[in-house]
Amino acid sequence: MASLQDIIVLTLAAGTPLVMAALGELVVEKAGVLNLGVEGMMLVGAVVAFIVAADTRSAWLGVAAGIAAGAALSFVFAVLTLSLLANQVAAGLALALFGVGLSAFVGKSYVNAVIAGLPPLAIPVLSDLPLVGRLVFGENPLVYVSLLLFAGVHWFLYRTRAGLTLRAVGEAPDSAHAIGLSVVRVRYAAVLFGGACAGLAGAFLAVAYTPMWAEGMSAGRGWIALALVVFATWKPWRVLLGAYLFGGVTLASFQAQAGGLALPSQVLSMLPYVATIVVLALISRDAAAIRRNAPASLGKPFHPDA
Amino acid sequence: MRSRPRRHHESLRAAQQRAVPGGGHNDAMIAPPGDPARLSLAGITKAYPTVVANDGIDLAVAPGEIHAVLGENGAGKSTLMKIIYGVVRPDAGVIRWNGAPVAIASPARARALGIAMVFQHFSLFDTLTVAENILLAQDGTHTHADVSARVREISHRYGLPLDPQRPVHTLSVAERQRVEIIRSLLQDPALLIMDEPTSVLTPQAVTNLFATLRTLAAEGCSILYISHKLDEIRALCDRATVLRGGHVTGECVPRDETPASLARMMIGGDLPHPHHRKARAQGAARLVVDRLTVPAADAFGTSLADISLSVAAGEILGIAGISGNGQRELVAALSGEEPLGAAARADAITIDGTPAARLPARARRALGLAFVPEERLPRGAVAEMSLAENTLLTAHGQRLVRAGFVRERALAAFTAATIARFGVRAAGPEATAQSLSGGNLQKFIVGREIRQRPNVFIAAQPTWGLDVAAAADVRQALVDLRDEGVAVLVVSDDLDELFEICDSIAVIAGGRLSAQRAARDTDAAAIGLLMGGAQGAASASLPQDAARPA
Amino acid sequence: MILVRLEARPTPSRVAAYASPFIAAGATIFIGGALFAALGMDPVEALYVFFVKPVATRYGIGELLLKAGPLMLCAVGLAAGYRANVWNIGAEGQLTMGAIFGGGLALAFPQSNSPFLLPAMIAAGAIGGMAWAAIPAWLRTRFNANEILVSLMLVYVASYMLSLLVNGAWRDPEGFNFPQSRMFGAAAMLPILVPDTRIHAGFLLALAAIGAGWLFMRKSHAGFEMRVAGLSADAARYAGISVPRTVWTGLLVGGGCAGVAGVLEAAGPIGQLLPTMSPGYGFAAIVVAFVGRLNPLGILGASLLMSLLYLGGESAQIALKLPSAVTGIFQGAFLFLLLAADVFIRYRVRIGRTPAIAPGIAAAE
Repeated sequence: MASLQDIIVLTLAAGTPLVMAALGELVVEKAGVLNLGVEGMMLVGAVVAFIVAADTRSAWLGVAAGIAAGAALSFVFAVLTLSLLANQVAAGLALALFGVGLSAFVGKSYVNAVIAGLPPLAIPVLSDLPLVGRLVFGENPLVYVSLLLFAGVHWFLYRTRAGLTLRAVGEAPDSAHAIGLSVVRVRYAAVLFGGACAGLAGAFLAVAYTPMWAEGMSAGRGWIALALVVFATWKPWRVLLGAYLFGGVTLASFQAQAGGLALPSQVLSMLPYVATIVVLALISRDAAAIRRNAPASLGKPFHPDA
Repeated sequence: MRSRPRRHHESLRAAQQRAVPGGGHNDAMIAPPGDPARLSLAGITKAYPTVVANDGIDLAVAPGEIHAVLGENGAGKSTLMKIIYGVVRPDAGVIRWNGAPVAIASPARARALGIAMVFQHFSLFDTLTVAENILLAQDGTHTHADVSARVREISHRYGLPLDPQRPVHTLSVAERQRVEIIRSLLQDPALLIMDEPTSVLTPQAVTNLFATLRTLAAEGCSILYISHKLDEIRALCDRATVLRGGHVTGECVPRDETPASLARMMIGGDLPHPHHRKARAQGAARLVVDRLTVPAADAFGTSLADISLSVAAGEILGIAGISGNGQRELVAALSGEEPLGAAARADAITIDGTPAARLPARARRALGLAFVPEERLPRGAVAEMSLAENTLLTAHGQRLVRAGFVRERALAAFTAATIARFGVRAAGPEATAQSLSGGNLQKFIVGREIRQRPNVFIAAQPTWGLDVAAAADVRQALVDLRDEGVAVLVVSDDLDELFEICDSIAVIAGGRLSAQRAARDTDAAAIGLLMGGAQGAASASLPQDAARPA
Repeated sequence: MILVRLEARPTPSRVAAYASPFIAAGATIFIGGALFAALGMDPVEALYVFFVKPVATRYGIGELLLKAGPLMLCAVGLAAGYRANVWNIGAEGQLTMGAIFGGGLALAFPQSNSPFLLPAMIAAGAIGGMAWAAIPAWLRTRFNANEILVSLMLVYVASYMLSLLVNGAWRDPEGFNFPQSRMFGAAAMLPILVPDTRIHAGFLLALAAIGAGWLFMRKSHAGFEMRVAGLSADAARYAGISVPRTVWTGLLVGGGCAGVAGVLEAAGPIGQLLPTMSPGYGFAAIVVAFVGRLNPLGILGASLLMSLLYLGGESAQIALKLPSAVTGIFQGAFLFLLLAADVFIRYRVRIGRTPAIAPGIAAAE
């Protein structure tokens, strides 16, 4: 039986890609933009990170490349929806489809490649401390990065003027425009940040979590991240909570399969998706809370008058 | 720069004649030296694909002057203000600030010059506090604490009480306007533009606003006051420029003019009044609301409490009130768009005697209810659909559908007849709703509803944003409807309109309705008091508006 | 300074609405050529292999129609919902469930000769798809849950269910332990329409769906109400249109059509149940619906085009040794480019100097 610390360590790692992608999408949605293409950006981030890590033998370079790839793909979405004023839902779906296809295409020759990847930290003495050693000093470094990301997003949104501006843009872009804030510029920045986070999440999957590349390896985590943002009613700390909850469910289904539980493996594999549906329904039920917390202009295109 | 002989007291017109929009002249030839105006516009022109909004407009505002820009809806006032505030660039013309020509490329540039603007539609963020809202509009690096302190200071100095920490969604409409004004005053403006500020205020609040504006003007701030309300302009403003159809049709001192002469400059004729036939005897009550109570749907709405009213056949009942006091909720409850829930009594609303409170909108229409909503688009009509399709929206019961399929020829004929009968200027039944002007679209919507031969007719803000001619047509249509024995309910924040067409008036404030009284037994002052009553109670930290001296 | 601006058109441009799918198609081909060139191939030859070779034979045209069938069916169903702002993204899962329900019926009566078996299977497929789509419909109307996410999650769940069945209870005992069901009996298979091709009777159903879709959306009152609900929720409420009813209609129609598409695949070209019943038709249908402008006739054309992309992908895989995912790239890129080209429907591009304010003003600044 694994120790409590081990379980926590594994849950944190399992939830990390969700933390990264969902925090990024949270910022995007707070600015009033709905980017459904997270799955596509995540996979592209994953495949690019893997390829660069394999070719340069540097995991960190791979991670950086994955972040850049996610941001680059989100830039296409930004141009379509912010400058060309296309429908955000359709553009996001296109992004998801394109990203899935592109990543499969580009990664074809790397499917059986092996890389060293980014292993969890192993600091002498510190990592072996009883009780908290592995948790505080033995996790995968990107897990700590994700926690820093959470702190950064929270501080940005609620303690800086720029974050206030972003929230205002998301709530009432026409008002923001009238008082002189640059809605389009703020939204571009938000979308690129979201793309970078999705790319980071993909990079984590392919380079750190399970160092390998397989077509569609994110297995819907991008979509789950979208649901998470709603589940969290657009509050960063709830994103963290939800992500680890889902990480835990995914982990539990793996453990159950490995532990030889009588249920067929497919049923256990279904669990995270069914859980997502249930949670989404329960949270969305309180329509008043959603209306209170959701950025009022979410998904609506913004066109400044001539 | 060439020197020129000084010309004192050069008339503005002479200067304009030499101003060449767009040409290639050195502007030293154009600028009259010693021009005392703080802001002067010469030959400002702005054209959009479908309309020329401003055509060669000249305007001059002196320091400390309260200058009115008078015109009906659609005359070009808003465009002109957007040009001055840098939201829109003119196609031609010269703007001078303190005599020197300037290009106002953005609101930031306008603010840097010292121009501030309070828009008719507020640019506020409901979920943020007053201080945060004001902070967002500041250029530069003020802190939250700075802003809070200055807000308190300014609100005391100019009689605009406001608590910086309150979230904006808890404020009344008049208080929200104060946020906008304080936001502008924080920049120490030399010119303050007020765009239709009184449409959301009670008569008493209007008086307070005027006091604030006079204080500002006395300190040297120029004020541009945009309005179509002749009485207010005569009471407040030193000078006025009148716009019609994008041109300047007159400049005057309002106090020296009569409402009739101002009206003639504004619309080229006298203000139209609806023609009432000899009053018929009123029949039985057709719409009765009995102690209707509806809790607010969310934190941003208003609860309705114990509303009772009765509209008889051949009667127009007007509901006066400042927007935000429950009108939307009342109208939605009456039309059936908002389901009242199982808790509501079925007979809280009766149409021709039939309990209707639990019925959905369609069923109420079947009982003879017709309804013209406040928002022409996107609620009363779908912008992208044709007029014929928009007819189908509510009039499908007029034998326009058979066996589930649309009878397209009958629909086209019905639509064409509506267009003809109500004087709607449109390309035809296939024209899209968004291609019509506001006035024509409203006439179409009103016409569509009237053609369904209703027994009860509800109209919410029926002439909002319409030019004078279209507004007159709509009011006449309502009066004619009343004369045919229909029970008409009009919700409006325009008191003049209500007194013009209504037989009786009630006031809604804070979700409660006053008793109905005959229009001839009351006046604007009394109604105004009722309108402001609950507003004072809602803002507990502030003194009663009604108690403030004029 | 040269400025490029977007200026709203007073009315949407009809010309642009018809032209933009072609512009997007042209741009996609161009980008495809560039992609092939970047990979070191002769772009013209590669484009030929991709777009022309697959339909150069009678059999090829048959394959084109074969793949267009399920695309048409799914897309017509999806379009009805999209018009009403009901975003069903789970057609792939509904297709799977349709195959399961219909195929299950076929497997239950392996020796049957009844002429009613096929119609019953098709009905079962429709029911399966509708049942699967009813979940997001119920969750949206009752719980306000976003149907995009729910329908998508259900795609994964449906896929696992199919896997469970073909690996377990329904696995062919004589199948060498491969995850597949028994082959369907003759009475459960769709008759071939055109000899020497694989076109089956299901194609007629797809065409019928196009016709029914056209009648529904353009001529019926119910279709009109769905369009209103999609264009303006406020107007829908004002008109007394029940938004929950449009949600149910949109999702059930989409689910039913996808379910039928699923059983037609099982009873047509595949002939049994396999872990994957479709090469992503449910997702490709989304693109088809958009390219076809949510209009049944447009969808007809768009299905043929998308089908060609599938065939091209297969052809490129064999002849050019490219991974099959190249189809996905084309599909996604096509939709991107279509969205970009669609801008011109609602906006006009203005290229011009910043409006002159007055001479000498620029100097004064």
